[in-house]
Amino acid sequence: MIKIVKRDQPSKAIFFFTPVLAIFLTLVAGGLIFFILGFKPFEALKFFFIIPIADKYGFSELLLKATPLCLIAIGLSFCFKSNNWNIGAEGQLTFGAIVSGGVALLFYEQEGFYILPIVILAGAIGGMLYASIPAILKTYFNTNEILVSLMLVYVSKLILDYLVVGPWSNPEGFNFPETRQFSDSAKLPLLFEGLRIHAGIFLALAAVVISWFVFYKTYLGFQMKVSGFSLKTAKYAGYKGKKMIILVFLISGACAGLAGVGEITGPIGQLHREISPDYGFTAIIVAFLGRLHPVGIIFASLVVAITYLGAETAQIFMQIPKYTGQVFQGMILFFLLASDYLLFFKIKFIGSKK
Amino acid sequence: MIIDINFVGLIIASIMASAVPLILASCGELITERSGVLNLGVEGMMIIGAISGFALMTVTGSLIVAVFGAMLAGVLISTIFAFLTQTLITNHVATGLALTIFGIGISAMIGKNFVGIPGKEFPVLFESLKDTIPLISPILFGHSIVFYFAFALPFITSYFLKKTKIGLIVRAVGDSPESASNQGINVRLVRYACILYGGAMSGLAGAYLSMIYTPQWIENMTGGRGWIALALVVFSTWNPIKILIGAMIFGGLTIIQFHMQAIGVRIPVQFLTALPYIVTIIVLVVISRDSRKIRLSTPSSLGKSFHKDN
Repeated sequence: MIKIVKRDQPSKAIFFFTPVLAIFLTLVAGGLIFFILGFKPFEALKFFFIIPIADKYGFSELLLKATPLCLIAIGLSFCFKSNNWNIGAEGQLTFGAIVSGGVALLFYEQEGFYILPIVILAGAIGGMLYASIPAILKTYFNTNEILVSLMLVYVSKLILDYLVVGPWSNPEGFNFPETRQFSDSAKLPLLFEGLRIHAGIFLALAAVVISWFVFYKTYLGFQMKVSGFSLKTAKYAGYKGKKMIILVFLISGACAGLAGVGEITGPIGQLHREISPDYGFTAIIVAFLGRLHPVGIIFASLVVAITYLGAETAQIFMQIPKYTGQVFQGMILFFLLASDYLLFFKIKFIGSKK
Repeated sequence: MIIDINFVGLIIASIMASAVPLILASCGELITERSGVLNLGVEGMMIIGAISGFALMTVTGSLIVAVFGAMLAGVLISTIFAFLTQTLITNHVATGLALTIFGIGISAMIGKNFVGIPGKEFPVLFESLKDTIPLISPILFGHSIVFYFAFALPFITSYFLKKTKIGLIVRAVGDSPESASNQGINVRLVRYACILYGGAMSGLAGAYLSMIYTPQWIENMTGGRGWIALALVVFSTWNPIKILIGAMIFGGLTIIQFHMQAIGVRIPVQFLTALPYIVTIIVLVVISRDSRKIRLSTPSSLGKSFHKDN
């Protein structure tokens, strides 16, 4: 007989075990889906999860994709920990890219060491500005941040579209929807010859370290944690709720904006329509899979980055649509949320007594 | 300037047509939210409905099978959400997001073999009456059955919530699950039913898009309509009749941008496309500013999990 018993306290061991369980279950379910579609499940999973990272180039691509995911997820963990549902990181990424791209275009004929820092700073500010909209509307007008941040994603993509087609399009570009190439001084340096991995990874790592420090060593981190558990308690303790809401949104926006900068000054080198394959949305999954813990987020961003690479490989070798990556991303989150049940409940197997 | 009165009628009819998927999905989500559940997976359920309807129509050749199949697909996919949020007590926001991401992915996977296939013509009602009365006829006649159903749905939903016993139970569960549970109502069961109903309506909305509105399958063809539908529910302050008004405004903005481009108004097309999203934000701000008003109309337990043993 099986009995479900409530735990007295959430289990800490299971807290870190369930993400692993979720990944395992996703692989099993993914294999099953491949089987139903008429592929050999093990071969398909190999194409999806092993072949893309089997060589040096593949590994560099993995880090390239994991960098923005990690950066955004770190930012989002500030929001989610304190019960603020910013789901518009994709918009903040886009707007950060627009602002930093605009600055980079101002310097398109110039070289100089000072250009890159200005471009990076501009991106962070752009992301913060854009994130401040849902934050201010939430704090002063009581508006639901989920819907506002999400609607703004579409708006930012349309602004980008307008700019690259219209006023910012490359005058020598034969009307392609793209801007001029940035000058070399406005690009993040590559780390290795022949590989695309760039210095943006250090931004992500810096974010990891800083966030760890803020979460576990500062008063702000403590306040966030309390507000996340109970807004009433936070109010009772006299925390300035509004200030904190705006602050976590700004941090989150800055991170997303930096991720945008990393993309356009790294692998892309200009602005065009498709600067992000929904990194901002996928990072939400990364944040959860990483348990909103900075180190967890590093691992989670690597795991989820594989789904991007795998989808590309599978599209080339197996003619599976690249959206398959999203099937895996959705499933990881489903299984993770489902296995969280084990945090609060124990399943007891009771032997039948004779 | 002479304005052709029939042309005005046609524009209004096209605005109504573009409002149909919004009305269907919003009315479904409204019932879900009234029971206290926030399902952010509308976009995912809609796109699943779109591909299911189109695929079934192509494979079986039957429109009836396709329409009901799309609704069933919406129900099936929302069952995942219901099981997770109600039985395993997961967070509504995260689960809904997963549902949308998963839905977009799986629909593209299923739809791989249906790209580029032309759709079938969907029969319309009262075709012969279309030219009888100027202005009025094009608005009233010559539409699909789904169209008429969509415009009746807000009134049916309103009646259901206000005048029927089951409607009262749904509202009770949404406003105070504890008291409802004490009255012997199975909160979990009611919420399951409301989630599945929302899934069916989103599925139907998707089928309308892929079978009637633009009869073909395109990856990601719902294009954010699911999110607009969610915004509409808030816009309406959970009142089905106001969904009708909101959906007409959003449908209107979509249609007007086509016509403004056609007559050469010099506004960037991206600005017009962005308008519905910006308007949604403005409306949200206006209605949320009055916290008393929003508290009175919002289902009190919206988005909060309920577990009997808690």
